[in-house]
Amino acid sequence: MNFELLKLLESDARLTPEQLSIMLDISVEKVRADIAELEAAGIILGYKTLIDWEKTERESVSAMIDVKLIPQRDSGFDRVAEKIYNYPEVKAVYLMSGGYDLSVLIEGKTMKEVAYFVAQKLATIDSVMSTATHFVLHKYKDTGVVYETGEVDERGNCN
Amino acid sequence: MIDYSKILSPTVVNTPKSGIRKFFDLMESMDDVVGLTVGQPDFVTPWHIREAGITSLEKGKTYYTSNAGTLELRQEIVNYMSRRFHVNYVPEKEVIVTVGGSEAIDIALRACIEVGDEVIIPTPSFVCYAPLTALCGGVPVTLETKYEDKFKINPEALKAAITPKTKMLVLPYPNNPTGAIMTEDELRDIAEVIKDTNIVVLSDEIYAEMTYGRNHCSFASIDGMWERTIIASGFSKSYAMTGWRLGYICAPKELTEQMLKIHQYGIMSSPTTSQFAAIEALKNGDADIQMMVEEYNRRRRYIYNALKGLGIDSFEPEGAFYIFPNVGKFGMTSDEFCNRLINEQRCAIVPGSAFGAGGEGFARISYAYSIKHITQALERIEAFIKTL
Repeated sequence: MNFELLKLLESDARLTPEQLSIMLDISVEKVRADIAELEAAGIILGYKTLIDWEKTERESVSAMIDVKLIPQRDSGFDRVAEKIYNYPEVKAVYLMSGGYDLSVLIEGKTMKEVAYFVAQKLATIDSVMSTATHFVLHKYKDTGVVYETGEVDERGNCN
Repeated sequence: MIDYSKILSPTVVNTPKSGIRKFFDLMESMDDVVGLTVGQPDFVTPWHIREAGITSLEKGKTYYTSNAGTLELRQEIVNYMSRRFHVNYVPEKEVIVTVGGSEAIDIALRACIEVGDEVIIPTPSFVCYAPLTALCGGVPVTLETKYEDKFKINPEALKAAITPKTKMLVLPYPNNPTGAIMTEDELRDIAEVIKDTNIVVLSDEIYAEMTYGRNHCSFASIDGMWERTIIASGFSKSYAMTGWRLGYICAPKELTEQMLKIHQYGIMSSPTTSQFAAIEALKNGDADIQMMVEEYNRRRRYIYNALKGLGIDSFEPEGAFYIFPNVGKFGMTSDEFCNRLINEQRCAIVPGSAFGAGGEGFARISYAYSIKHITQALERIEAFIKTL
């Protein structure tokens, strides 16, 4: 498997097959074929843009919710996880080790909206035993990218 | 009124300013310049290395170390040189930790060169060798390397440059600005020329980790050459630690013993914080080097192909992080080419002529920049050559 290709695309999905071909020293056709194969295998799941919404006019809040569950006969946690991740406002669902079972990342327009979701939709699911909601106050780093670096190239020209 | 001209040493006054400095000054006077001029990594020193420096400060390690550097660091340098380049030194006697590779070069020259001694300096190369030789009263003898030879030293030309006064040969590979390297076989040919002489070799191996497709071969590892090789190297390029100002010398003890006096009186000891960071770098930094070298290699291929696509020839660089394209075909000197490029398209690259004989007709492009930045600069170069 082409790990180097994956690493490059993970860091910048907009690299073109032509650029990737040169950087990896393989043909453009091979790049295209590898990407198609990785997509077909469900290894490359999609391409997105990382946006710092805090810098826009758009109001948004996000929260991490710790969810404790009663496991269900036959399906364990899978069915209830599916019930939760099907809501479009849910951005991520992880099964966790430790003090609680699911970690749910949710995004809403307002705190009220998030609270409503937790109270009306999440807490009412049968096997949900308890929830603890933690609102995100500020994002410093997300998916490997540091927000608000404000870094400029200060390297001196001296050799 | 004081007459400074009577105060200042004529040798220093007659030392020319660095040719690249002039160009950098011009660049800094302009706005919106997209430059490919910087000769240092765009990576920040890896966090675990920075943290080791910080921890040493927190623990109050703010003293001078022994003159040659902490023994722990010298031991790690010795381990590293043996692990990576198969050359062996005794930490107690054959290693000096210096203020960057630059001081290493300086004390090596000062320990050996007297008035009238000749130092053979291959060019194009980094700008410091000839002035530092001249400051010792030595005579820099230029050995021009050629594009046709991929900017490697031609053994015949070297033989012709040797005189009874030749004391030292500088071996600046992997090379700044050309990106040339010398392979083991090519170094053997050099060894053949000097083996029966009394010439010492100053091997500037600061870019040793930045080679692509093959590992760097240290001149000290060539049969019979250890006893006549001074290795000058450092942490700046390999670990992205330029600002820490830390380098080292590895050489036979008869030489280091004398160099240490110059270092002792002139410097005392190298920065202590940097020494602690460097220990961490050598112990746990191999993966960082690999990550950075892989990234440079992608950029190298990218820029080499892109320039070729624009109809600009360069030989494919095999080391350091520079490419040295031939801009002579545009009918201008490299100075003119670079001046017009910056004035007309706000893109800065360094004229090859700044790096000595053999550099005219070429320009140095650094690829220690992100692909995005390189692409932006290449667009400007393309726009410029379309107007020619």
